[in-house]
Amino acid sequence: MPVSIENSRVIYDALVANGVRLVSALPETWLVHLIRMAEDDPAMILVRLAKEEEGVGISMGAHMAGVRSAMLMQNHGFLASINGIVSGAQLYRIPLLMLISRRGVMGERDPWQTEGGGVTEHVLEALRIPYDVLDDKSTVRHRIDRALTLAGSALRPVALLLDRELMWEE
Amino acid sequence: MKRLEALESIRPVLEANVVVTIMGAVAAELQSLGHRPNWFYLQHAMGLASSLGLGIALVRPELHVIVLDGDGSVLMNLGGLTTLARYRPANLVHVVFDNGSLLSVGGFPTATSTGSDIAAMASGAGVPRTAAVDSPDGLRAAVDAAIASDTLTTIVAHVDAHYEPPRGTAGFVTDLTLLENRFEFARWLKGANPLAG
Repeated sequence: MPVSIENSRVIYDALVANGVRLVSALPETWLVHLIRMAEDDPAMILVRLAKEEEGVGISMGAHMAGVRSAMLMQNHGFLASINGIVSGAQLYRIPLLMLISRRGVMGERDPWQTEGGGVTEHVLEALRIPYDVLDDKSTVRHRIDRALTLAGSALRPVALLLDRELMWEE
Repeated sequence: MKRLEALESIRPVLEANVVVTIMGAVAAELQSLGHRPNWFYLQHAMGLASSLGLGIALVRPELHVIVLDGDGSVLMNLGGLTTLARYRPANLVHVVFDNGSLLSVGGFPTATSTGSDIAAMASGAGVPRTAAVDSPDGLRAAVDAAIASDTLTTIVAHVDAHYEPPRGTAGFVTDLTLLENRFEFARWLKGANPLAG
């Protein structure tokens, strides 16, 4: 499997170290190891979704009930979640952490990913969602820490884009 | 039956448990019974009330969560029924007020008015218990049975497509702001054992 197990582990461990206890996910190739790690961790609640927008509602409930959560999704899943993000997480000031696989940019071979790849960051900017890119395992922990710090202080959604450089081993 | 009568019939259960509602008439009418800090009204994000309730139910198994949903909202998140069924939290009761109508935006008919059956869809999605009721007593009995069963239950309550703004309500807007409700609810949930005493 050319998806990096090692770097997936670095991401997963950083989530756990930050107290994330619930992860919602819709499978996509780059996320397979992260989802399996959540599945294998008895301390983690993994919620497998039918569509990503459900995860916004689940994270809203978990947050208000005092539990830190994260959403794992492809950028097309982010695009499919926008009403929930805007009229749920933003309207209600929820510190939603979204880990979004950044498909469809430089190096992408799958033609069907390319349109979404071209708009993801523009949409994040239009929604005023602060985002950072995870593209180097040496900075993953630090960037996840500071994303959660901002989400918690601003009480707003934040996004981390999982880049090919981190997720994929050629 | 009128939705307000339905809400009144289950008021003691609603007062004693965590409640998540959809927007519109359900939220305004429930508030008119006397707002409680354990009630959260999701005033937009249509379709996600059941997902939000699932999030609470999964992380707080010691609490009972009652989701007050609607036909229009469920139809926007049918996949969510499969997720509810997949995790089937024993501490969640999913009540769907079905008036066959998108009442708060002009009363346009939904697909339940042309034969789509939410109880059957919930059952088909794998929700282990479902019921359909059309009277306040029927609803109260179904909710009591759902809680006693300790099994995820979807109850479809057929109600009239009718809304009269309760006193103190302009349209669907009350004097409880969205963020006040959200922070009050979260603080209530964070209490160590909010139902004690």
